[in-house]
Amino acid sequence: MVRGLVKAFKSSGVLLWGAPLALLLVFFFVPMAAILKVMFERSGAIVFTDTLRPLGFTFYQAALSTVLTLLLGLPAAYVFARYDFPGKHLMRTLNMLPFILPTVVTAAAFNALLGPRGWVNLLLMQITGLQVPPVTFLNTFTAILVAHVFYNLAIIIRVVGSAWSQLDPRLENSARVLGASPRRAFREVIFPILRRPILSAALLVFLFDFTSFGVILMLGGAGFATLEVAIYSQALHFLNLPMAGLLSVMQLASTLIILLLYGRVSHGEDVPLFPRLHGEGTRKPRTLLEKWIVASVIVLLFLFQVLPLLALAGRSVIRVEAERGQRTEVQAGFTLDYYRELFINRQQSIFYVPPSRAVVNSMRYAGITTVISVTAGTLLAYALVKRPRIRRWLDPLVMLPFGASAVTLGLGFIIAFNGTRLSSTSLPWLVPLAHSLIAMPFVLRTIQPVLASLPESLRQSAAVLGASPLRAWWEVEVKLISRSLLAGGLFAFTISLGEFGATSFISRPENPTLPVAIFRYLGQPGGLNYGQAMAMATILILICAISIALLERLSHAFVGND
Amino acid sequence: MKHIFFCFAFVCSLLLPAACSRAETTETPQAVLTVMTHDSFAVSEEVVKIFEEQYDVTLVFLKSGDTGAALNRAILTRNNPEADVFYGVDNTFLSRAVQEGIFEPYKPSTLADIPEEFTAGLAGMVTPVDFADVCINYDKAWFAERGLAVPKSLADLAKTAYKGEPGNGLLVVENPATSSPGLAFLLTTIAEYGEAGYLDYWRSLKQNGVVVVNDWETAYYTNFSASSGRGLQPMVVSYATSPAAEVVFAAEPLSDAPTASITGENTCFRQVEYAGILKGTTQLELAQRFIDFMLSPVFQEDLPLQMFVYPVNPAADLPEIFTKYAARAEEPARLDPVLISKNREEWIAAWSRVMLP
Repeated sequence: MVRGLVKAFKSSGVLLWGAPLALLLVFFFVPMAAILKVMFERSGAIVFTDTLRPLGFTFYQAALSTVLTLLLGLPAAYVFARYDFPGKHLMRTLNMLPFILPTVVTAAAFNALLGPRGWVNLLLMQITGLQVPPVTFLNTFTAILVAHVFYNLAIIIRVVGSAWSQLDPRLENSARVLGASPRRAFREVIFPILRRPILSAALLVFLFDFTSFGVILMLGGAGFATLEVAIYSQALHFLNLPMAGLLSVMQLASTLIILLLYGRVSHGEDVPLFPRLHGEGTRKPRTLLEKWIVASVIVLLFLFQVLPLLALAGRSVIRVEAERGQRTEVQAGFTLDYYRELFINRQQSIFYVPPSRAVVNSMRYAGITTVISVTAGTLLAYALVKRPRIRRWLDPLVMLPFGASAVTLGLGFIIAFNGTRLSSTSLPWLVPLAHSLIAMPFVLRTIQPVLASLPESLRQSAAVLGASPLRAWWEVEVKLISRSLLAGGLFAFTISLGEFGATSFISRPENPTLPVAIFRYLGQPGGLNYGQAMAMATILILICAISIALLERLSHAFVGND
Repeated sequence: MKHIFFCFAFVCSLLLPAACSRAETTETPQAVLTVMTHDSFAVSEEVVKIFEEQYDVTLVFLKSGDTGAALNRAILTRNNPEADVFYGVDNTFLSRAVQEGIFEPYKPSTLADIPEEFTAGLAGMVTPVDFADVCINYDKAWFAERGLAVPKSLADLAKTAYKGEPGNGLLVVENPATSSPGLAFLLTTIAEYGEAGYLDYWRSLKQNGVVVVNDWETAYYTNFSASSGRGLQPMVVSYATSPAAEVVFAAEPLSDAPTASITGENTCFRQVEYAGILKGTTQLELAQRFIDFMLSPVFQEDLPLQMFVYPVNPAADLPEIFTKYAARAEEPARLDPVLISKNREEWIAAWSRVMLP
C-alpha cells in the first residue's frame, strides 16, 4: 500500500507543489482578490495620470539599485567562493545582518553614520574646523541607492556565491590548460554556468527594490515616491481606496511582467555539474592581484555594510551631548543607561514589553517561518526542477507575493479572514504565515538553481551502489544542496526577524516583535527613547548574528567541515 | 519516497503553530471588551485594572498601525466588527469616519462637563477624549546663542530674518501626504491664509529654505537640532507637549526643557482624538461604560504621561511636568472638519505641486 502511494505521488507530483500552492492560495490570492474587489467598490476619484510618475520612478530606482548591487556583489561572491582569508566566517555573518534591519533602524544607522551629526560629519568638522556638516546624505537619491545596496548585497553573495562555490574548479582548470586566458575561461566557462544563479539573484534584488517602502520614505525623503509609497498615502492618509487599488494592481501587473520576462531570459538547458563539497575550490589568495581583489572586496563590504551597523551600535552606548550654546562641539560619553532603561517600565504602561519577551516572540516567529518557508520552498524547487512543464505558470505565481503591497495585503488579510477562525484577532500565528509568504520565494530562488544543476547520474550511482532512494536522496542530494538550503533558511529566518510592515498590522500589541518594540520607542520625543531604540536594535543585531553563526556551524557539522 | 518525507515535514510545520495556538486560548468565563486603536495608544496597567475589576471584564486592545490604518480596518470590517470600541480617530478623519457609518450613537452623561469646543457638532456619535496641539518646536539654545528672536507667527517664518540656505533652512516640516502632523500644519496655514493664499505662503517658506521630510521620526530625530539626532534645523513641526516628553525621557536629568513651542494665535492646529462605539457590537452596555470611563478623571489623568496629550476633561489634574513644560495653543487655527474631509486630497495635491517638484 505504501508502495502504491509512493507511486501515486511520484506520477502526479501534485503533492509536491500542491501544499505550497494551497498556502499561497489561502494567504495570498484570496486576501488580495478580496481587498482589490472591495477597493474598487468604494468611493474615491481615480486620476490615472497621477500613477505614471511613481510607476516610472519605481522602475528607474529599482534598475539602478540592482545594477549597483550586482557591481559590488559579484566580485564579493567570487571572493567568498574562491578564496580563504582571515575573518571570512565573521564577514559572512556580518554580511547577512543588514537584511534583518527594519528600515526605521536602517535610517537611524545611516543617520548615526552620515547624518548631519553623524560620526563622519563630526570627524570632518573636527578636522577641518567647518561649522556646517560637509556631507549631505540623508534625503537624497544617493541615500536610496546606498541603502538598497546595503540591504541586498547579501542576496547576491549568498545566491551566486553558493552556486559558485559548488562549481567544479576542474572546469576552469581544464579551460586554462587548454590555453584559455583567465578572462576567456570566465567568459566562456564560468559565466554561462553562473548565468542562472546571477539572474535569479538579480531578480530577487530587483523585486525587493521595486516594492521598496521604508527606505524611500525615510532615507529618500519627500521628493521621491515609489508605487508602494503612493499606495500607502492613498490608502492610509487620503482613504482613497480605489486609487490605492489601481496602484496595487499596477504594481502586481509590473511584477508579473518582470517575472514573465525573467522566465524567458532565464530559459535554457541546465548544465548538469558534478558539484564539489564546500571548500574544495577555495584557496588563499596568492598573487598580488588576487590579494588586492580580496582586500578591496573586504574593505568595500566593511564600508557599505559593517560601518553603518557599528555606527548604530555606537549610538546605543555613547551619549552624544552638545554643550548648550556650543552646537559645533559635541561631547560624547560612554553609557549603559539605554540598556538598563529597557528593563524598567517607567510609565507603568500596559504595553511595556521587557526586551526578553520581544526577543522570544521574534525568535519564535522566525523559527516557525523558517520551518514553513524552507519546507514549502524546497517542495516547490523540486516541483519546478522535476516537472519543467508546470514551471512556466507555477514559477511566476509563486514569486508574485513579492510584488504585493504590504499595506494592501495587510488590509486584505483583515477583510478576508474577518469573522472566520483565521481572523488575526484569534490567530497569533498569522504573523509567521505572512512572513513565510515573503520568505518562500527567497528559499525557492536559492535552492532551485543548484538543484537544477545536479546531475541525475549521482543518485543513480548511489542506487547502483545499493542505497535506498531515501538514503540516496539524504546522503547525496541533501548534502549537496545543503549550502543553498542553509542560505534559504537564513533568509527566511532574517526576513522574519526584521519584518515590520505586515507585522504591525496583524500582530497583537501584547506580543510585539523586536522591530515593533523598536518602533514604539521612536514614536515619542526624548533622548532616552532614541537611545533605547538604538539599544533594542543592537540587541536585534546581536541575536541575529549569534543565530547565523550557530546555523552556519550546524550546517558545517552536517556536511563535513571545510 | 522523498516526496512523502517532505509532505510529512510540511504537515508537521502546519500543525506546530496550530498546536501552540490551541494551548494559548484557554477559555475564560469573563466577558471581553475589545478596543481597536492606533499604535501610539498607551495606558497604565493600574487604570486598566480598575475598569476590569469594576465590571468583571477583560480589556483587549487591538493596535493596527497609524490612525489611518486603524480607521481603514474599522471601516473595512464594519459589517462584522472586530472590536467593540474604536479609540483614536481625530478631527481630520472624523467626518469621513462618521460618514462611513461605523459608529453607534452614544452620549455619556458626563459629556456636559466637557468644554463645548470639543463637543460641538458631534451629534452624539463619538466622544472626545484627548487633544494635543501640533505646533512648531524650537531649539531654545540655538536662538539664544544667536540672539535671534523666536518667530511669533506664521508670517514671521517667511521673513528674511529666518532665511536659511536653499533646502537647508531653519524649519523642517513633514509631508502632509504621509504624516499626520504634516497635514495638521498644512491645515494651519490654510486656516490662516485661506484657500486662496496658502500656496503663496508656502512658496515664501520655500524661498526661506524650509526642509520637507516624510515622517515625524525623521523630522524630529534626524533634522531637529535639539533632539538626540542633533540635526541642522532649529525648528520642527511637532506637538506642544513634546518639550515635556524631552524632560521625562531625557538621557540625563534636565532642569529645563531644551525645546519649547511657538503657541501664538493661529500657529497651531488642535488635534482632538475621539472614541466611539462600533456599530454591531455585542457588548453595547460594557462599551458604553468604557466610554464613560474614558471621560472619568482616573483615565483622563493617566493620559498626559502615557501619550503626551491633554485630557479634555477640565476636572482632570495635570502632572507637574505638563504644567511646567508642555503648552497649549493660545488660539489654535480652526477649520471645519467637513471642509477638511472634502478638500484634504485636493489641498495636499496642490501643496505637492508647489513644494515637491
